[in-house]
Amino acid sequence: MSQAVAEPVPAARRVPPFRRLLDSAGTVGLALIVPLLLLLFWHLAVAGGMTQLIPSPYDVAEYMVDFAWGGIWDDAFSGTLLIHLVASATRVYGGFALAALCAVPLGILIGRVPLIRDLLDPFLQLMRPIPVTAWLPLSMILFGLGPRSAFFLVFLGAFYPILLNTIFGVRSVETRLFEAASMLGCRGNAQFFKVVLPASLPSIFTGLRLGLGLAWFVIVVGEMTGVPQGLGAVIMDARTLSRTELVICGMIVIGIAGFISDRIVLALMNRLLRWSPQHHG
Amino acid sequence: MVEIPILEVKNVSKRFVLQGQSIDALRDANLTVRKGEFICLIGASGCGKSTLLRIVAGFEQPTSGEALMWGKPVLGPAPDRGMVFQDYGLFPWLTVRQNIGFGPASRGRPKAEVRETVDRFVEMVGLTRFADVWPHQLSGGMKQRVAIARVLANDAEMVLMDEPFGALDAMTRERLQDELLEIWQRTGLTVLFVTHSIEEAIFLSNRVVVMEPGPGRIASTHEVELPRPRDVASPEFNAVRRVLSARLHSHHAPKAA
Repeated sequence: MSQAVAEPVPAARRVPPFRRLLDSAGTVGLALIVPLLLLLFWHLAVAGGMTQLIPSPYDVAEYMVDFAWGGIWDDAFSGTLLIHLVASATRVYGGFALAALCAVPLGILIGRVPLIRDLLDPFLQLMRPIPVTAWLPLSMILFGLGPRSAFFLVFLGAFYPILLNTIFGVRSVETRLFEAASMLGCRGNAQFFKVVLPASLPSIFTGLRLGLGLAWFVIVVGEMTGVPQGLGAVIMDARTLSRTELVICGMIVIGIAGFISDRIVLALMNRLLRWSPQHHG
Repeated sequence: MVEIPILEVKNVSKRFVLQGQSIDALRDANLTVRKGEFICLIGASGCGKSTLLRIVAGFEQPTSGEALMWGKPVLGPAPDRGMVFQDYGLFPWLTVRQNIGFGPASRGRPKAEVRETVDRFVEMVGLTRFADVWPHQLSGGMKQRVAIARVLANDAEMVLMDEPFGALDAMTRERLQDELLEIWQRTGLTVLFVTHSIEEAIFLSNRVVVMEPGPGRIASTHEVELPRPRDVASPEFNAVRRVLSARLHSHHAPKAA
């Protein structure tokens, strides 16, 4: 048994840098077609007088600049983007982090310990279908008007996807891997760190990714509870003031912020799960 | 008896209950294996060959009877009996090197010793160039080499193989058979090998144990005394093949008692 002739599937194809640049430019270009068409349609619709209530893309773009840096309209919202973004991001990441901190260990326990599963699973399944928005009034009573209520709603929104995916991951570890570990001398509790945790990591990450997405999703609802700052608050205030261009600016910022934070999780996931054929690359 | 055999299977029966029906997966199996033997278990599906192997491995408990390793009852899986699965059972998140080192590392061997052991077995199975890749980057034959190296690196005295080459193409299978024999001859391992290929059984083993289904049981045992290396095309090989083939097909499953 001296040499292996069979070659493995190569980890990464060798592609010249120039070609790779062209490829990625092509991918980006392809992804931009639909948004640009939509933008064009929006422009034409406004310019053609189909609606008087929606500002043109140009108006929105101009206001976005003012919202970000000020110096054009100089009203109450000028140059405040960063403040609102930071406020929202703090709640999103804070609520998400707390949700992850609770849901991952709880999911592992529910997945591994039958007693805890029987104790908590029916209750959690019963609570799950209740939409986060339905919690809004109760959360205002429990946590008052303000950031704590927003924080709670974000937490709730992120909690379930993380929990369910963790339970799923922990419960679907292949029996074969437990057998392999035990015949190699790794038994009992040692299997938890050596087998269960790494094997369920892909599912846990899927849960984290969904949870973070939902956290951004819920933030607008969360900030309806009368917080002074935050992108959700901006959108609600702008609606009251009939400032549609500001509503759209808020939407765009949330979209971009959510997108970037998803990309960060995805990059982290691909890095940590390089071993998994579904994730590498 | 003076010499204690490495493995003794004594009156082992295994009964499963499936949807209210009880099934005799294995009835009264008796088998004695001496150190260094290469034994193949062969038979149609449902004959209990995998069940017998899993009982020896300690993954299943017999309903009655017992398996003794060096005279001591098998109570559960342990490193002295390494298992090689048909579907490899490698840890996908560990590299080739880490998979091979899994056993020694779990058993708390010092790092330097683990590294040295791993190096030796990576080389033995010819995977030095692929030591740092993950299993999903390997071909089936290479994965099975890792699985074999993994149990050898863990000081297994006995290797239990459950149709290990069944999922591989013919060329790879033949090469791995040769490599396995070479390792077996070099290390003095004891091998218990489940297969459904008569040719594979004759090519590899000292002794072929023929099993039959309904209820699963050991039907007969045949010593294979052909000189090695064996030539599957030789008349002597074919003579043995004819005998075994007749033995395997002549017995129709009798009615369950």
